Amino acid sequence: MKQPVAETLSGLGRLTIVAIEAFRSIFTRAIRWSDVIEQLHFIGVKSQAVVIVTGGFTGMVLCVQTYIQFHRVKMDTATLAVVSVSMCSELGPVLTALMVAGRVGAAMAAELGTMRVTEQIDALRTLATHPIDYLVVPRLLATLFALPLLTAESIAVGIAAAYLVGVFLLGIDPAYAWYNMLRYTGDVDVLMGIIKSFVFGGIIAIIGTFKGLTCRDGAEGVGRATTEAVVSASISILITNFFLTVFLTRLLVK
Amino acid sequence: MIQVRELKKAFGAHPVLNGVNLQIEKGESVVIVGRSGGGKSILLKHLIGLIQPDSGDVMIEGESISRMNERQLLDVRRKFGMLFQSAALFDSLTVEENVGFLLGRERKLTPGQISARVQEALEMVELAGTQKKKPSELSGGMRKRVGLARAIIHRPQIILYDEPTTGLDPIVADSIDRLIVRVCQCLDVTSVVVTHDMRSARTVAQRIMMLYDGRIYVSAATEEIFQSKDPIVHQFVNGISNPKEIYF
Repeated sequence: MKQPVAETLSGLGRLTIVAIEAFRSIFTRAIRWSDVIEQLHFIGVKSQAVVIVTGGFTGMVLCVQTYIQFHRVKMDTATLAVVSVSMCSELGPVLTALMVAGRVGAAMAAELGTMRVTEQIDALRTLATHPIDYLVVPRLLATLFALPLLTAESIAVGIAAAYLVGVFLLGIDPAYAWYNMLRYTGDVDVLMGIIKSFVFGGIIAIIGTFKGLTCRDGAEGVGRATTEAVVSASISILITNFFLTVFLTRLLVK
Repeated sequence: MIQVRELKKAFGAHPVLNGVNLQIEKGESVVIVGRSGGGKSILLKHLIGLIQPDSGDVMIEGESISRMNERQLLDVRRKFGMLFQSAALFDSLTVEENVGFLLGRERKLTPGQISARVQEALEMVELAGTQKKKPSELSGGMRKRVGLARAIIHRPQIILYDEPTTGLDPIVADSIDRLIVRVCQCLDVTSVVVTHDMRSARTVAQRIMMLYDGRIYVSAATEEIFQSKDPIVHQFVNGISNPKEIYF
């Protein structure tokens, strides 16, 4: 029993050291923007298809379920408001982050893990280059930039899809639905979603790169690092989301 | 130039280095030999600070590196070049980007100057013209050469070679050995080679150290080692698996 607890705690400690070193590097070392842009292309541009599909179908299913419940009490036109609030503050950021964790977190762990196993990380260190500066910082910055944008995209697509389903399939009155949506969705909801996505971006990049950098030898090591990156990042996102909701609600909603 | 004192390192309950003491002078070519899994590569990685010792000390030009943090070590490592067992080329970059990696990161030279230096380093290892290739397009021997070009481009004072001939056929292995000798002479550097290939050791070494049981068992001039009557040295040099077969 002692061993796993000690290992988990030391792992958390090393993760914290990597995170602190990465943020310190961002502020104290010269950043190579060409590397950041390359990562931004992979993490941001290439994740769009996944994010759009996730956002769109989540918005649509949420619209249908809400409509079924609200229709019984003749509140059809409040449907879009529910979709919008939940997409902005909860579903948009969380689902986008989970999808990106699966796609990008896994790729980071696999790439860095392979580099470690084939001694490329050691080679980097012998070439007077800190792996945090060269490998972690560009990925961290790119994820921090990309995830809020992807989240915004997912929210917009989700609401648009819900609008189409609600108005054209379920026959909700468009003018009232739109009016109610704007009335009940505050700037606070959007702000909360964007702040969350920023935090989730940090979680994905730090956990993904950390698992790669500390990967064990062999193909099995890389496989395990990849799985652990996705599982740990996803669970951290879900747990952090709860605390962020509580904290941000106290902070932002007056 | 390089001094190691009472170096100890264990992985879990398994001790690998058990109090290593050694000294390597400037300009020397030293080969460290020993059984596979005996800790040779671990010892080599201690010299450049890739691994921190459990106890003991590594001094480079009188400066202790075993208690330095990673950022401080980065400066010390500029004195070194290292050729890895697997060459460890960055597979996402071309040969040119690999060889010019350190100069590109330092940003002291223009891209034109860097590519001239890359050309010069590749000529040294007889691989000029491969700049645009990816590491996956190269053979094992060529990768080692590119790895060597990458290790010498910043004109280091010490070059470390981790099993430079392992996995190569005897002819390519010999060409790598000759290259090591040439680099050592042309650039006037200190070379530390880790290998279990005695033929390679004979070509490259001025002095051979043998790592046995986590310690330096013997350190002597190359020919002395080959003529040694010590049973352990004799057994290793001649590759005898059954000690009963040793007759003098």
